[in-house]
Amino acid sequence: MTLLDVQNLRVTFDTETGPVQAVRGVSFSLGRERLGIVGESGSGKTMTGRAVLRLIRPPGRIEADRMVFDGQDLMKASDREMRALRGQRIGMVMQDPKYSLNPVMSVGQQLTEGLRLRDRIGRAAAHAKAVAALEAVQIRDPERVMAAYPHELSGGMGQRVMIAMMLIPEPDLLIADEPTSALDVTVQAEVLSILDGLVRDRGMGLIFISHDLRLVSRFCDRVLVMYKGRIVEEVQAGNLLAARHPYTQGLLNCLPRIGGPRAPLPGLDRSGAWAQDNGGTR
Amino acid sequence: MTTIPASPRNSRALSVLRQIATGFMTLALTLLGLLVITFVISRVVPIDPVLSIVGERATPAQIEAVRQSLGLDQPLWRQFLIYVGDALQGDLGRSIRSGEEVVSEINRYFPATLELATLGTLFGTLVGVPAGVLAATRPGSIADQIVRLVGLMGYSMPVFWLGLIGLLVFYGKLNWVGGPGRLDPTYDMMLQFTLTTYTGAILIDSALNGAWDVFRNAISHIILPAGLLGYVSMAYISRMTRSFMMNELGQEYITTARVKGMPEWRVIWVHAMRNVMVPLITVIALSYAYLLEGSVLTETIFAWPGLGLYITNGLFAADMPAVLGGTVVVGVAFVTLNMLSDILYRLVDPRART
Ligand SMILES: Nc1ncnc2c1ncn2[C@@H]1O[C@H](COP(=O)(O)OP(=O)(O)OP(=O)(O)O)[C@@H](O)[C@H]1O
Ligand SMILES: [Mg+2]
Repeated sequence: MTLLDVQNLRVTFDTETGPVQAVRGVSFSLGRERLGIVGESGSGKTMTGRAVLRLIRPPGRIEADRMVFDGQDLMKASDREMRALRGQRIGMVMQDPKYSLNPVMSVGQQLTEGLRLRDRIGRAAAHAKAVAALEAVQIRDPERVMAAYPHELSGGMGQRVMIAMMLIPEPDLLIADEPTSALDVTVQAEVLSILDGLVRDRGMGLIFISHDLRLVSRFCDRVLVMYKGRIVEEVQAGNLLAARHPYTQGLLNCLPRIGGPRAPLPGLDRSGAWAQDNGGTR
Repeated sequence: MTTIPASPRNSRALSVLRQIATGFMTLALTLLGLLVITFVISRVVPIDPVLSIVGERATPAQIEAVRQSLGLDQPLWRQFLIYVGDALQGDLGRSIRSGEEVVSEINRYFPATLELATLGTLFGTLVGVPAGVLAATRPGSIADQIVRLVGLMGYSMPVFWLGLIGLLVFYGKLNWVGGPGRLDPTYDMMLQFTLTTYTGAILIDSALNGAWDVFRNAISHIILPAGLLGYVSMAYISRMTRSFMMNELGQEYITTARVKGMPEWRVIWVHAMRNVMVPLITVIALSYAYLLEGSVLTETIFAWPGLGLYITNGLFAADMPAVLGGTVVVGVAFVTLNMLSDILYRLVDPRART
């Protein structure tokens, strides 16, 4: 069953030097599964995720032939309808918790405001729910973290707070933008298994954005490989390591191999025809 | 893995306390510095305090007697100690013009300035902050243009000119407001002879006395000068609010709030505003301090018996104790305001507390 269907999504920034196309015609659909998006920095992964929530700021523009979430046309939805979807039905774990948490509000306030404001849950009940959400992402002293401010958290702690915050309303679709990049391996495994459980048990759809091809190939069902705002390859995760596209192969070759020869890592070879296409902009 | 202080709430309270203590130290030191400066000034200006008291026809014996009564026969360091000691006991000397205690004169004049500046700042904040937010959330819109234009006028028009035009139109022609001074003469008499003085601020005192006719009259007098000062402060505050708000709305945590489905009013007035408050507190305090010390022109035009007028008149009359006493009070007000804004700033910004 299709949860999200995106056809020919484009994100354009009108800058002083002319339009910059950050996403140029991305199409994919997602069921209740784990979809990975990989690609080098600046390839448009984050912009693709934000476009789904219609949270691209001016001067950015979103265009798409079709963008439908659970039968609802996102391109035609009113602001009010979008707000009702955000958080409640579609969540997004933001990329960098250092900048994505409000610096002058306590973690507790940020975790409970949705519950208090939208669901009109009492203070104590909201607090208990937030504490439980923190415990679920392996935070061992949730009460202390609730009272802390973002600058008092480490990067990994911030990421887990962010994940907890987005999981509290139990969304149907979670867009996770590099959600585990600052976590150490054991905590990462725990957090991934939580996400995994939500996909399997609750049928949540997951878009997992990452730089880490190995992680994505292990964790996801399907992977989109992005380059300069386009999807250059879509593969089943298991086949990723055998991907044919030269860009994907290039990305794979950039990974160090444990136990492999200690030769210097090769850079990405951009001499192929795929790298020359600039879509007529810039 | 994490670096969270042992008990966040306790250590935060402690550090705020410590900062308040530091604030008082600063206040004391600044006061001392002010006294040094005013003392030195009083000794280097070419005004002989003795002569200005006894007049030119006094005999040498009379002059000597006054010199001794003023302590001017003592060595300089003792004179300074006496000066500081007196100041700490609330004695800033006697005005040469009136022969009255400078402190009791300031007690009458300062509340007038405080009342005016406070009302002006209140107006500037209550109008300037929403105007700045409105402009920041719709950059380039008509609303933004209007806020910018109105602010620009506040920046560039001379206050005395605006004040005179205001008096001419609203008092002279339309008679909508009271004229110069804090009250009509009749109400002034009432205030002096039948009402109890609590604070020296007429609006507060008349309200506490339940004298609503005096209150209304005071409002009609203060509204024009306070509106004028408020306009100047609004121009500054709205401009700063706009730029702070634009900056905060571009931050990632704003997107996070929207991702959570927070309504736009909350994104702006809670998420962004709490961050805007951090630098805005300093801006408001600065503009308040500016109104407290810098409203001489306004006070002159509106015959407002405030501290600015007091110091200016003292200057023209070569009344050094009055001028220096007034200066010390302005300085103390400035430092106190600074201290308060510092405390407030730490209360809103958790990063400044650790
Ligand atoms: N405000 C803007 N104006 C112009 N271009 C922008 C703007 N914001 C983003 N872009 C462009 O959008 C492109 C895609 O950015 P995006 O953040 O989606 O990359 P990403 O794949 O998430 O990279 P990373 O892995 O570093 O997070 C970038 O090349 C960037 O130049
Ligand atoms: Mg990104």
